[in-house]
Amino acid sequence: MGFLGQLFVMAISAILVQNFVLSRFLGLCPYLGVSKKLDSAFGMGMAVIFVMTLASAFCYLIFQYLLVPYGLEYLQTLAFILTIAALVQFVEMVIQKNSPALYKSLGVYLPLITTNCAVLGVAILNITPLADGSRYNFIWSVLNGFLSGVGFTFVLLAMAGIRERLELVDMPKSMRGMPSGLILAGIMALAFYGFMGMKI
Amino acid sequence: MSFISELTKGIIKENPIFVIVLGMCPTLATSTSVSNALGMGMAATFVLVCSNIFISLIKNVTPDKIRIPVYVVVIAAFVSIVDMSMAAYLPALHKSLGLFIPLIVVNCIILGRAEAFANKNNVINSIADGIGMGLGFTLALTVVATIREVLGNGTWLNIKVMPSTYDPMLITLLAPGAFITLGFLMALMNMIKEKK
Repeated sequence: MGFLGQLFVMAISAILVQNFVLSRFLGLCPYLGVSKKLDSAFGMGMAVIFVMTLASAFCYLIFQYLLVPYGLEYLQTLAFILTIAALVQFVEMVIQKNSPALYKSLGVYLPLITTNCAVLGVAILNITPLADGSRYNFIWSVLNGFLSGVGFTFVLLAMAGIRERLELVDMPKSMRGMPSGLILAGIMALAFYGFMGMKI
Repeated sequence: MSFISELTKGIIKENPIFVIVLGMCPTLATSTSVSNALGMGMAATFVLVCSNIFISLIKNVTPDKIRIPVYVVVIAAFVSIVDMSMAAYLPALHKSLGLFIPLIVVNCIILGRAEAFANKNNVINSIADGIGMGLGFTLALTVVATIREVLGNGTWLNIKVMPSTYDPMLITLLAPGAFITLGFLMALMNMIKEKK
């Protein structure tokens, strides 16, 4: 399989089959919290794609060239969370300085991303051995981070679109808000289960 | 507030999952069986109590501006301890919880209690708060896991509870079942609150 073929397989798997939110249960807090309005969901999604791609790159480099040579793999959790926190802070400062317009649309979501478990999750998954014992190299780690972020944004936007309409529906008071959002997520997860049968 | 009331508030009145709605990812992902739920709950409780004690001890020397990074480092250190000791002594549980052990670091409950409680209270009350919140988290996880395991597998803590004619509803063990179970449980909690 050529590069493009592998890329296609990875895209389908990260966005549909092994979706971060609906089948891996990662990043649920922003998924349920920021999905009430379509434009804020869009801002959050873009910020997550951005940070997940960068975090994949930096965490991979730190693991490969700092932790492995010194035999410090057991410090990965600590090293990764610090990298991500520093990265988010740094990205926030750079964007604020260079692109005030972008900062205005992404700014509020950036600090929230430090505690988004999808970001730490993808960093750890990138360095976890695959089924055949090998690990992703640098390029694939970055691509995996990017595509998983796209998958997250995809379901976040779908959820926000449905919830905007759901606001107008007449339903029992105790079902409003979080309960209906969770049941909706369950139905979406059920729909995504249809992709599980795909053999690629 | 006294020790006892700090201890009990986390269990029902301020339950981290059903009432404050924090820490959803581990709740949904590790509630496939009661034993997983108990393992996750205990691990999170240990980290919560230890980080509460530590953060409460250093609250006077922590500069306000960098307090969040300090909390994250403290929490990550305790999570690494749990991760390594679980891999050594309970390898089967460690394997089934997998990724969600290191992810305790970003569990909003722990950082949330550090910021909202341990940062402002003394060590004794912080211990009580940590135990109470940890037990509340474990209780909520166990309730969700009980429903999912009994309906989806016909067992509770690997003991058969349903008659042999019962056909297990596999869907409750899969991802969609997790969302739907928790959704209905929260609706039930809202309904009870409204009646009061």
